[in-house]
Amino acid sequence: MSTTEPTTESTTEHEIAIQELDRVTVRFAGDSGDGMQVTGSQFSQSTAVFGNDISTLPDYPAEIRAPAGSLPGVSGFQISFSSSPIYTPGDAPDVLVAMNPAALKRNVGDLVPGGAIIVNSDAFTPNNLAKAGYASNPLEDGSLKEYNVHEIPVTTLNARALEGLDMTAKQVDLTKNFFALGVMFWLFERSMEPTLAWLEEKYAKRPIFIEANKRALMAGYAFGETTEIFHTHYRVAPAKLRPGTYRNITGNEATALGFLTASQLAERNLFYSSYPITPASEILQQLSLYKNFGVKTFQAEDEIAAIGAAIGASYGGGLGLTGTSGPGMALKTEMVGLAVITELPLVIVDVQRAGPSTGMPTKTEQGDLFQALYGRNSDAPVPVVAPASPAECFDYAVEAWRLAIRHMTPVIYLSDSFLATGSEPWRIPELDELPDLKVANRTDPQGFYPYMRDPETLARPWAVPGTPGLEHRIGGLEKLDVLGSVSYDPDNHHRMSMLRAEKVARIANDIPPLEVFGPPEGDLLILGWGSTYGAIRSAVERLQGRGTSIAHAHLRYLNPFPANTGDVVRAYRKVLVPEVNMGQLLFVIRGTYLVDAVGFNLVRGKPFQISEIQMKAEQLLGDL
Amino acid sequence: MTDQKTPAIASDREPILLTKKDFVSDVDPRWCPGCGDYSILAQAQKAMPEFGYARENIVFISGIGCSGRFPYYMNTFGFHSIHGRAPTLATGLKASRPELMVWVITGDGDALSIGGNHILHSMRKNVDIKVVMFNNRIYGLTKGQVSPTSDYGQKTKTTPGGSINYPIHPLVVALAAEASFVARSVDTFPDHLQETITRAGKHKGSTFVEVLQNCNIFNDGAHREFTDRDVRDDRMIFLRHGEPMIFGKDRDRGIRLNGVRPEVVRLGNGITEEDLLVHDETSEDPTIHFMLARIYWPEFPVPVGVIRNVTRTTHDALLQGQVDDAIRREGRGDLRAALGGGETWTVER
Ligand code: SF4
Repeated sequence: MSTTEPTTESTTEHEIAIQELDRVTVRFAGDSGDGMQVTGSQFSQSTAVFGNDISTLPDYPAEIRAPAGSLPGVSGFQISFSSSPIYTPGDAPDVLVAMNPAALKRNVGDLVPGGAIIVNSDAFTPNNLAKAGYASNPLEDGSLKEYNVHEIPVTTLNARALEGLDMTAKQVDLTKNFFALGVMFWLFERSMEPTLAWLEEKYAKRPIFIEANKRALMAGYAFGETTEIFHTHYRVAPAKLRPGTYRNITGNEATALGFLTASQLAERNLFYSSYPITPASEILQQLSLYKNFGVKTFQAEDEIAAIGAAIGASYGGGLGLTGTSGPGMALKTEMVGLAVITELPLVIVDVQRAGPSTGMPTKTEQGDLFQALYGRNSDAPVPVVAPASPAECFDYAVEAWRLAIRHMTPVIYLSDSFLATGSEPWRIPELDELPDLKVANRTDPQGFYPYMRDPETLARPWAVPGTPGLEHRIGGLEKLDVLGSVSYDPDNHHRMSMLRAEKVARIANDIPPLEVFGPPEGDLLILGWGSTYGAIRSAVERLQGRGTSIAHAHLRYLNPFPANTGDVVRAYRKVLVPEVNMGQLLFVIRGTYLVDAVGFNLVRGKPFQISEIQMKAEQLLGDL
Repeated sequence: MTDQKTPAIASDREPILLTKKDFVSDVDPRWCPGCGDYSILAQAQKAMPEFGYARENIVFISGIGCSGRFPYYMNTFGFHSIHGRAPTLATGLKASRPELMVWVITGDGDALSIGGNHILHSMRKNVDIKVVMFNNRIYGLTKGQVSPTSDYGQKTKTTPGGSINYPIHPLVVALAAEASFVARSVDTFPDHLQETITRAGKHKGSTFVEVLQNCNIFNDGAHREFTDRDVRDDRMIFLRHGEPMIFGKDRDRGIRLNGVRPEVVRLGNGITEEDLLVHDETSEDPTIHFMLARIYWPEFPVPVGVIRNVTRTTHDALLQGQVDDAIRREGRGDLRAALGGGETWTVER
């Protein structure tokens, strides 16, 4: 917890110190059956509604059915909230809520020195301690003495609060996370209202669960208020965000909403075709709820069929969309090439995850940049966009479609697991702030040729089946320039290769320049892309406060790069490119602009911490 | 937005009177002289006017192989896609544009080797696409390698010692995948082929037609043993719905069930038409259809004609139905409401 300005206020019952904090990071951890994701997202929701800037990071166990109480079965959810803008879910938690010994063991090492731990002491049974690999009880053996430990017999207290309800002991036990949530709401002065409203909606058909969870929540809150185990509660004032209406949103939700919005702006039906894969499946699930917008979703038999069906839909004049993660991208490769040579609009979502092959499906990485840029046979240029934060996923989902239909090309949209599952406040845009995506189908048979081009963008016409007089054939064989018939002519192939490259290159004229945060020239530029945005921006802000000559630029367009990218990277004595991969953007920047940029690459399945980037930058500045 | 601006569909326009030559494109076919594909093309072009669809509402989608060139020669919309994947494009197109008539042209390697998965799932979902598979039992375009329907022991460029694999039975696969229309015809039987294509085109739902096709360059005579003019009546059986399964030049033989097995019997000596199986293409129970898809020369006459033809709601109709239902139930989607969904709060100036 940073910046403390202790004050004391008199509250109703007993004297409790109120501490004003600038920023707090809390991690909820428990068994995967303990409902930690729900607890975390409810806490986030109330915190967002309260007006703090927030950033969240769920941490799912890799195994769905790891044994209860075991270390692999631990599920976590981290939220950072602040009275000023923040960009990351926080480096080290200030507060850890641990529902069992395994959760404590897995997470305690990450806590800030002197941080607070709230444990469910009922769960610290010999059996659970053994499952977590504790030789002795950490609550008793003094190993936690450097932390501020609060033991609460959550299970017992919660069971007492629910006495008299017609529920099994097991059902009662499943509500104990709401007791813990109630305690946290009290501790941080959050309102219970959003959660109560959520319960009413979620269990509308099972009133007993509303009652049970409500009792658990209120009992936890009352426990905080009436017991003396906390000597302080904390106040994090609302942040000064840009005026507007906000909601809390995850990257995957924002992505799905962005695609829905694109289809409405383009006045074309969205056809989302996908094969289930972590961490992209939620996009399919969410889009399947928008049927009354004319959205059709299709769960295909495999990744290839998923993109094939999307191409079929785009060929028919719809917005053919497919989504996957890295392994699925590998399978779709040949089809992306087909969309390139047939010059059809298509958006391919890759929510990146860690590792080659199956790797670590629930962990984050930025390892698919090369795959997006180059992973096809022959020269098959494809524009690539990448949002930098969960809320930005909305903007770039719309942008991907703007480019695809204006330039008649497949576009790859690179998200990652960190963006997909993380959340932050999103200012809901007014409809008139959104771009116009309408383009007309070709309908005039007069002078029509399938591969005639728009002189400005080089886009070919969208000539869809059902248009009288436009009957023509396209396909994966090389096409004769303009006429579009099959051609094996050597010079024609060269010309078509140049045209395909030039068409994508010209998109640089249709996108904004790369913005620089900080001095326009100087000692060090940190250049990032995708989900490293928050950690880089926070580190740069900290260092700028100390009079260093440091700037941050973040690429949202990876192909083509914004037109001024070369000028930007050449304006600093050093360029640092942090990436959660082995140096892919670094390689492209060095190769494209011949600058001696250096990489900072950590591939642990986790996002960068602010402090890591800060230290690396300090080291580079020190070497100057 | 189901009211997306799409051009008029056939039903909106005056009855369309077209002839075969309206479907001949300006590209000259480039198959080997004597290839069976020419006949299939001609019969398809002849069948097209039957459907009442305007040319612009018909789409031919193909994969890779000699059959893959077919769309270039049809004066309709056409898409020559990649190896084995034509059913996927066809599915996406039909699902999003139900008013179009969508054909898939494929071959034995394209459909049953590299594209097997897509055949299975497009058929089981009852996507209203018409798959016509040219079965020449060889890879022709790549010049003569073994295919999934090549015979056991067949010598090809990649099996100089003879194929060690058993051939797949395409129609058995189609039935197993729950295709709602399954038929077989032969490139050299023009009338039968045209009639089969016409019936396939009129079926609503997943349609699978196997056309026995001769590749005179790399597998000449693959079907000749039973399709040659002088033997075909004795070695093939032309299925007709509601009629007993009789064959033979003299219509003197038939197929009956002996226990659970089919057998060929000669009529007379106390065996009458009454004892024979009667073809019922509409039977929901596919047992006899499987039997017909599986029996083959030389043990049995080779069945041709429509083997299965059942009515089921199509994939595109069900998908569109869900959209229409949602609009009826919830009203047309309101973007502003969708964006502002969930818990919101306002930050004042
Ligand atoms: S190789 Fe065979 S199938 Fe192909 S065009 Fe020639 S004859 Fe026809």
